[in-house]
Amino acid sequence: MADETTPPPDAAPTPEPAAAPAAEPAAAPAPKPPPPKKVEATDASSHPWVESIRSGVTDSVLSAKQFAKQVTVVVRREKIADVARHLKDAEDFRYCVDVTAVDWRDRQPRFDVVYHFYSFSKNDRIRVKCGVADEEEVPSIAEVFLAANWPERETFDMFGIRFAGHPDLRRILTWDGFHGYPLRKDFPVEGIDTGAAVYPEEWPEGGGPAADDPNRKVVS
Amino acid sequence: MNDERPITGAEKDQATRTGEDLRAAALAAAESVPVSVDPPTLFEVQEMELNFGPQHPSTHGVLRLVIRVDGERILETKPDVGYLHRGTEKLFETETYPMGIPHTDRMDYVAAATNNHAFCLTIEKLLAVEIPRRAQLIRVILDELQRLSSHLVWLGTSGLDLGAVTPFWYAFREREQILDFFEEYCGARLTLNCMRIGGLPFDLTAGWVERLMEFVDDLPSRIDDYEQLLTDNRIWKKRTVGIGVISGQECIEWGVTGPVLRASGVEWDLRRAQPYECYDELDFAIPTRVNGDTYDRYIVRVQEMRQSVRILRQCIDLLEPGEFRGKVPRVIKPIAEEVYASIESPKGELGFYCVSNGTNRPYRMHVRPPSFINLQALPRLAKGHLVSDLVALIGTIDIVLGEVDR
Repeated sequence: MADETTPPPDAAPTPEPAAAPAAEPAAAPAPKPPPPKKVEATDASSHPWVESIRSGVTDSVLSAKQFAKQVTVVVRREKIADVARHLKDAEDFRYCVDVTAVDWRDRQPRFDVVYHFYSFSKNDRIRVKCGVADEEEVPSIAEVFLAANWPERETFDMFGIRFAGHPDLRRILTWDGFHGYPLRKDFPVEGIDTGAAVYPEEWPEGGGPAADDPNRKVVS
Repeated sequence: MNDERPITGAEKDQATRTGEDLRAAALAAAESVPVSVDPPTLFEVQEMELNFGPQHPSTHGVLRLVIRVDGERILETKPDVGYLHRGTEKLFETETYPMGIPHTDRMDYVAAATNNHAFCLTIEKLLAVEIPRRAQLIRVILDELQRLSSHLVWLGTSGLDLGAVTPFWYAFREREQILDFFEEYCGARLTLNCMRIGGLPFDLTAGWVERLMEFVDDLPSRIDDYEQLLTDNRIWKKRTVGIGVISGQECIEWGVTGPVLRASGVEWDLRRAQPYECYDELDFAIPTRVNGDTYDRYIVRVQEMRQSVRILRQCIDLLEPGEFRGKVPRVIKPIAEEVYASIESPKGELGFYCVSNGTNRPYRMHVRPPSFINLQALPRLAKGHLVSDLVALIGTIDIVLGEVDR
């Protein structure tokens, strides 16, 4: 994954771009021959790792793409722990780099939980995503990868996504008793009135902009 | 003082007694106590919970550890982080791509250049731009200088935590010189903001490289000085050898990267594994050790400083006049895609995950901070050690709370 500045992802495990018109993410139009110069994501549903997940965990893969030599697999929410275990055991992705989420606000399902795994033998990363609606739970992978413990807590803290089966799902960066999830798109940048007046004589209740303040800025 | 202990208030005449009398009375009282076969109550398991930090000098910032101890021995450690949380990831979303770079300075504030680098690399990957060779080399020079200064801060402070005061002054003397180089290059000493998407903000000033060469020539002998103070120091060894042993397998399980991983025998460095800029052309070794204890992590970091010197020399030789800024559009609007890029920061794998929605602001920018993930393993490292070893262990992970909490 050196400095890949040359446009289309090629090299080792190249899937046929013209092959299957499989599910591409977002609003992808009908498959057309990609212009040679422009950098675009290509379909990766025939990539060996994707095939491996598909055969190892039935009914799990929804779509797969490749951009900048990085493979992204979208899987079903219920299957994520199985997929993580399969990647760890069968495909040697032993190092869980990161767990995070993206809030799409108006999309259904609202969130994407994003996992990055690294394989020492392949010297490459794979990105696994699953869509989660508000109030839905995601199976925790903290039992599979110890490294996912704190990142999952952070994701819960910042987005309010609950991980089922997590050994210690508490807020980590904000304090216990904080109301709201800061990295959700509808959370104001200025902060909110959390109702947690630590020093009431100095900070009267209502320190931040109130929830119905017309001036509070929401950045999407 | 000991003589007075057995005297009770009931003995009215104690004021008139001499010391000899008191001693005799104490001995008599002690003999009258029946000898118990049970161990004395003083050494029974007495668990208690202690707050270690957040205002503790050895936590290198505001880290709070709730530790459960039996006497001096640690049974359980619960780190409580977040005191320095400033919502950096939220701030990235509110500002344009180039405006995000100064925010990265404030994460790992002892290694700002590598943070800038990782951020810029991510956006460059998204834009698929190539940066000129001179910019690549200068970036590597800044990175390695930053690695040196970060390791020097680590060496000074973690030595100081364990009572080695002298290396602190030595290490900060050289660090000061490195900061002077940064100041001359970009005007700042700590929050550098010294990289731009597609290249660098400035070219090197006249004479900078020559002065750097002098400094680099001088540095190995300085590193010898630190080693002379610590490597064979009996006190240093007693405090570090066998403390916080972790295997390479466990490091990978916990996601621990950087010098901690390499001290456990895993030869993995992103500069070699997935080279960025021109690291693939440079000749350097990846120092590893096998024991995975605090002493080995010290050795690995000192060896890494020597390798940084090697890299700096090569970069200075390779440096040629040329462009220092690539061709990037005036308004940075990447296509709606997502990308992850990471570099080997002084602490470990520092990664940025960027989701673009085609506008000039990132839709989501996530940081994979090495300090945060490495700190996860602290309870595992500290279990069974003494409270004073906890100080050594916080030092050996090399955390920066600005990066842990973001």
